[in-house]
Amino acid sequence: MNALHSPTHHLLVAKGIGKHFGGLSALDQVSLNIPSHSIYGLIGPNGAGKTTLFNVLTGIYRADEGEIHLNGVSLTHSSPNEICKQGIARTFQNIRLFGNMTAIENVMVGRHVRTHSGMLSAILRLPSQRREEQEMMAHAQGLLDFVGIGHHANQIARQLPYGDQRRLEIARALATQPKLLALDEPAAGMNDTETATLGRLLQKIKASGVTLLLIEHDVKLVMGLCDRVAVLEYGRLIAEGEPISVKNNPRVIAAYLGTEAA
Amino acid sequence: MNKRIYIGLLCLTVVIALPFGTDAFLGRSWVRLLDFALLYTMLALGLNIVVGYAGLLDLGYVAFYAVGAYLYAMLASPHIGMHWPLWALLPMGALLAASFGAVLGAPTLGLRGDYLAIVTMGFGEIIRIFLRNLNITNGPAGIDLIDPIQIGNFSFGSSHSLLGWDLPSIYNYYFLFIVLTAFIVLVSYRLSDSRIGRAWAAIREDEIAAKSMGLNTRYLKLMAFAMGAAFGGISGVLFAGFQGFISPESFTMGESVMILCMVVLGGMGHLSGVIMGAILLAILPEAFRPLSQFQQITFGHVWLDPANLRMLMFALALIVVMILRPEGLWPSPVRRRELHQNDAMPASVQKEGP
Repeated sequence: MNALHSPTHHLLVAKGIGKHFGGLSALDQVSLNIPSHSIYGLIGPNGAGKTTLFNVLTGIYRADEGEIHLNGVSLTHSSPNEICKQGIARTFQNIRLFGNMTAIENVMVGRHVRTHSGMLSAILRLPSQRREEQEMMAHAQGLLDFVGIGHHANQIARQLPYGDQRRLEIARALATQPKLLALDEPAAGMNDTETATLGRLLQKIKASGVTLLLIEHDVKLVMGLCDRVAVLEYGRLIAEGEPISVKNNPRVIAAYLGTEAA
Repeated sequence: MNKRIYIGLLCLTVVIALPFGTDAFLGRSWVRLLDFALLYTMLALGLNIVVGYAGLLDLGYVAFYAVGAYLYAMLASPHIGMHWPLWALLPMGALLAASFGAVLGAPTLGLRGDYLAIVTMGFGEIIRIFLRNLNITNGPAGIDLIDPIQIGNFSFGSSHSLLGWDLPSIYNYYFLFIVLTAFIVLVSYRLSDSRIGRAWAAIREDEIAAKSMGLNTRYLKLMAFAMGAAFGGISGVLFAGFQGFISPESFTMGESVMILCMVVLGGMGHLSGVIMGAILLAILPEAFRPLSQFQQITFGHVWLDPANLRMLMFALALIVVMILRPEGLWPSPVRRRELHQNDAMPASVQKEGP
């Protein structure tokens, strides 16, 4: 928390994001400043707009209003692949692996954006292409080991146990060398032990210099892990700050438990 | 390693001996059929890149075959009076077809599945109708007296004697087509087993996830279209030189559908499967020819024209295969898994859908 006393560098700055579907405002004037090298939590009741915000930040939806900057580079009008190249990688709430490819192939696809061999060098099997393939494979294996599923490298992604699929998605996202890793409910469907292991993995990722943005329902995980937390309700930001202060914010308690409880 | 060399040598022997054996046992017309089977194999391999690797349904693929064929027919015949050599026209055909592929690909990138199929079908028809109505392509009459393929002083169109054997032109073409088929197989294999091939597979599996992982799906799809089209162009050039005559009627939609059937029936995305599908469907119709004789002998009358019977059997075969083996006769392991996705999956792993 000491970092907060020195001037903070914000990796991601989102200003006044709005997204409307017909008459419905899924997001309304949402602004976020995510400090570098932190774990940033995004919580809120179901339907609050968390995943919509994720989709806007990663380019799957285009914001109707507002601006997004990563390290000062504008991503407001970029496509998902450009955003990934700039340094935001994500996982999905309902896992979207390349299910019929092996675990290591999934991670190697993630590496695509940081490698260069084109068609011609693949057809001619140039030494540079072969070297790059070797490096990709070694790098992918390293990431699988890092998330703890190295022994599953040659298994079909779809056939992995649920928890391992979540880890594989994280490994695939890390392969793109993100500055910001956005995780959409990574602990969904996990038991306590698995959640605890995941928490340690996320700490390890943070320690490696990657900033994390996390949507999560597991309040215990969020409070224990996150450096800062933002709360969304009905598409609006109702609270933002350190976990303790957010936890005790009456509006947050009201949003989660209903107004009477406040 | 030794075993692989033996298998390789065995394959090579079979490939070299095949036309001689076919000629001796089945007759010369079957060697010509082999040549056509190889042309279809090249086409099917090209379409396989688009449909099998990148998962884009293309119903107008024959357009690229036409582009290659007309390029050769116009620049190597008395039609305009130009007689360019194969070494120039083959790469030109590939390049021209590839640019047509890109032209078709560019506006259709946002489309998938049925919609893409309809647009590509329209494109195929547009090309054919253009060829039919343009003066420069000699309209419906087509172009004839096309130069036989010639490399240096070696003309593929005439017979040559080798060790006292007199080899007619269909043999020359057979070996030329074998070499080019092998080339296309090699290119396909190397592409599928590369960064680009994995990216195509990822797009086929889940386009949104692929985009989010930084894949430039537009560019990658264009490359698949262009690459597949290039192979179509190469086959077209060879076809025009081999046949000596082409007209728009060689490039109907039925032809596109036939090539697609070869890919699907054999096993999308799997080289051995696609080759098998192409050879099987190219030869199957001929195999039904004796049925007419059979009817003549048994009934004293030909009740069913084998040409019609063949389409009937063909349709039946397709239906049966698609019901029993939707992944094709000889599929790649990945495709088999894709099509049996829901057969035996633990409930906890089932995805909620896209």
